Amino acid sequence: MARFGNAGLLLLSGPGRAGKEVGATFWLLGPMFLVLAPHAQRLPMWISLSWLVFALLCIVAAHTGRQPVGRRLKTLLVLAGVAGVLLQYGTVIGPSGGVALLAFLSGAKLLETNGARDRLGLLFIGCFLLVAQFLEGQSLFTAAYMTGAALALVAGMIATQRPAPPWRATFALAARLMAQALPLALLVFLLFPRLGGPLWHLPQPVAAHSGLSGRMSPGDISELILSDELAFRAEFEGPVPPASLRYWRGPVLWDYDGRTWHTDPALREDRLEATGLGRPLRYSLTLEPNQQRWLPLLGLPTQLPVLPGNPTRLGVDLEWQTGEPITQRLRYEIEAYAEYRLENRHGDGPPIPALRERALALPDGNPRSRGMARAWRGTAVNDVAIVTRALALFRTQAFFYTLTPPRLGAWAVDDFLFDSRRGFCEHYASAFVFLMRAAGVPARVVSGYQGGELNPLGNYFIVRGRDAHAWAEVWLDGQGWVRVDPTAAVAPARVESGVEAALPPGEHPGGEFAVAWLRPLHLGWDLVNNRWNLWVLGYNQERQHQFLAHLTPLMARWQGMAWALGLGATALLLVVGVAILPRKTRRDPASRECQRFCRALAHRGIVRGAAEAPEDYARRAAGGLPDLDREIHQITRLYLACRYGPGGEDDLRALRRAIAGLPPRHGRRNPTQQHRV
Amino acid sequence: MPSAALPYLPWRKPATESGPVYLGSRRLYILPTRAGLVFSLLLLGLLIGAINYGVSLIYFFTFWLAAIAVMGMLHTQRNLSGLLLQGCPTAPVFAGESACFKLRVANSSRRTRLSLGLRHGQGQGETRDLAAGGEVLLELPLPQAERGWKTPGRFAIYSEFPLGLFRCWSVLDLDWGVLVYPRPAADALPLPATEADDDAGVASGSEGTEFAGLRGYQPGDPPRRIAWKASARGGETLLTKQFASGVARRLYLSWWRTPERDPEGRLSRLTRWVLDAHACGLCYGLELPGRKLPPRVGETHLRQCLEALARYGQVR
Repeated sequence: MARFGNAGLLLLSGPGRAGKEVGATFWLLGPMFLVLAPHAQRLPMWISLSWLVFALLCIVAAHTGRQPVGRRLKTLLVLAGVAGVLLQYGTVIGPSGGVALLAFLSGAKLLETNGARDRLGLLFIGCFLLVAQFLEGQSLFTAAYMTGAALALVAGMIATQRPAPPWRATFALAARLMAQALPLALLVFLLFPRLGGPLWHLPQPVAAHSGLSGRMSPGDISELILSDELAFRAEFEGPVPPASLRYWRGPVLWDYDGRTWHTDPALREDRLEATGLGRPLRYSLTLEPNQQRWLPLLGLPTQLPVLPGNPTRLGVDLEWQTGEPITQRLRYEIEAYAEYRLENRHGDGPPIPALRERALALPDGNPRSRGMARAWRGTAVNDVAIVTRALALFRTQAFFYTLTPPRLGAWAVDDFLFDSRRGFCEHYASAFVFLMRAAGVPARVVSGYQGGELNPLGNYFIVRGRDAHAWAEVWLDGQGWVRVDPTAAVAPARVESGVEAALPPGEHPGGEFAVAWLRPLHLGWDLVNNRWNLWVLGYNQERQHQFLAHLTPLMARWQGMAWALGLGATALLLVVGVAILPRKTRRDPASRECQRFCRALAHRGIVRGAAEAPEDYARRAAGGLPDLDREIHQITRLYLACRYGPGGEDDLRALRRAIAGLPPRHGRRNPTQQHRV
Repeated sequence: MPSAALPYLPWRKPATESGPVYLGSRRLYILPTRAGLVFSLLLLGLLIGAINYGVSLIYFFTFWLAAIAVMGMLHTQRNLSGLLLQGCPTAPVFAGESACFKLRVANSSRRTRLSLGLRHGQGQGETRDLAAGGEVLLELPLPQAERGWKTPGRFAIYSEFPLGLFRCWSVLDLDWGVLVYPRPAADALPLPATEADDDAGVASGSEGTEFAGLRGYQPGDPPRRIAWKASARGGETLLTKQFASGVARRLYLSWWRTPERDPEGRLSRLTRWVLDAHACGLCYGLELPGRKLPPRVGETHLRQCLEALARYGQVR
């Protein structure tokens, strides 16, 4: 009979049920769609499309109440999906294959999702896919979007718990939950101990190379300048060195083949001979991953910072190199002398002959340039005079600074010096070093970055691709390697104010910066990004240690962290718990009086049953206690009026009086008078 | 969904209570549901991923999801805490039917309580919402196999709202019960002959009396009686009226005059006869060993007879 009854109920609720199912479907599809949408750009098209088809079938099934896809077909579809992912990625685990498979299965699962438990399970997969998105990128925008998707997921989870969840209340509750959870999440994020490396080795994704490459061919640097991507950010402690000293040193280029500058073969190991001058300055540098092995360096470091998992070496040319390519954003703090003396000799001895030869080597060709340099040699009193002559040439003759120079012929230096006379740092540095070598002055090209834009909001320098630069170093007896920047002779503004100021009007790298009034906005945005990189994305073992030790030395040790984590989490839970848990509220006064009355009667042997209605109890009590018959009925009437009827304050007072007026009990009644329904 | 009784600490056995029960936090248990355990595994997987890939935002979102679950736990507890429970009288049923126990839940706080349900080893009720300052009746349908005064024993009020990751519950043992009448015999034998009296018209055509009886017996009854009605192949008001206006006949339904010989069989038969006689508007009495109800008519008499049959041989 009970079974019959259930069937009847199902029939009765038939029409309403389809509507509920449709609603539940949207509570499920919405969040899943939001989570999967950013994955779609990397997922193969067939997975995205099949997911959409599955979603459509799911909606159809909810509308019609019948499943359009049979069990056998479903199994086939799942198998086909697994095979497809295997074919495409060669694996079904890991960040790409695994995510693709999960995305596909989350679609297939839509075909047989019925009941709250299934939906909840699917939303769990959604949580996983949401987090997996951060393997691809962690920008502020991604984080904001994913926060929205997480809100939808939580709302979806809440919706599984109710038959017909209202939109607004559900989202409001989800938002409240997330807001209440945020402090706890932040606390754990700050205090959860970070590990130095991965638990097991993982293949690193390969990205395109960018930045300085250790070779300088015509066009290399202009490409970098025009790409205008962020290279690194640098923050100085204390006074900021002037632009003329802000040379961020990169690869040093020794060898010239008439077209390309490079260093090949690499210099043999030799001891760096350098002495710092003046007071060292301190700065920190956050380098964007560039897949290269060079670390930009300003000045001569007093001590090399240690990079975890990546041994570094300071070469004889004051080149700072890493063992492994830089694949993750890197931050280091360094103390360095902005001014220094760099030599290639042992003690006071002469420069190492092999190096001197290499610093004078030139390929054949460019006869006009060679002739001019030889003429200088004949008249000049010393090497310094030759350097001055060359710089004077650039300064006094009609040389122009431009990022769009004409093409140069086979004898590039001759063409540049005597015909086109248009170019930018790489042309000037290259021609200058050529002239020096031809005149017998040892010289080399240094590539790197120069300048950078100060962000006054955060007091740090933003160094971008357009700050890429090339300059020269010449060997002067008694002074060692001396930096000479021929570009500064042509376009002093390039060094003082950056490439933009040096360029002729109409020629601007990075169009986004062309609009002047947008500049503060850009700088503000860069500051936010910098802080984001520093504090959120770059929050690793080292940074955590630094930060916590800075807060209090106690937290530098893991015991301190564990205590702080435990106590902080407890405190936060208590705060939220106290805020949301109901305090014991005052009970309805009529009910309280009623309880007193029931207690009074219970003492007289008439206990009210849990399921006994007030009238029944009164009848029974009046039967058992005939002498109180009138009082009992009056009290019951007053109580009912107060509790359920229109009874006001007067009735309540009367009720109170009546209960207080019950005559005191005379001895114990016979317990057999206790009745039960 | 199979229903299982919810556990309690063995050294804090819930005592039988009467009167309103206040659900303080000390009475509440809370543990993760199966979905909650799965979710914690998911979080563990995410954490391992975060450590392995060293991705800060994976750390953060993992912790955020975990914190959301923890806050959800507090909300689940809040959903149940501070309610006032009071058992309601349960309508008697026949053996084989389902008794619907009703629990009145009052919410004196200013917060809405959502998805509250009752659960018992033998069944569970639908979840209901409870408005702020309002009251709601939670139902717990429990199948009743035997006649007599039946107490449901321990049951739990529970909620998994909002996330379904935690279940909060309280085990109660209320002082309530249901009177289960014996199951009426399935086949309709004619009523025994009336005792004496001039109008010797025995209730004849048993088919017809059955039709009428059903209608008169339970006006406006809940749908769970539909099945019983259906077994009698539908009832009509016409017959009822006819007999109601007719002359009442005097009739003794006696323990010793049933064709059955076993006690429960006799009780079933007598129950059927009592229902039929009432349906025909007869004036009937009931004779049980040690108890005799004089012939009467009417609803109250019917209830007294059925109660006597239900409680036959029981202490109370």
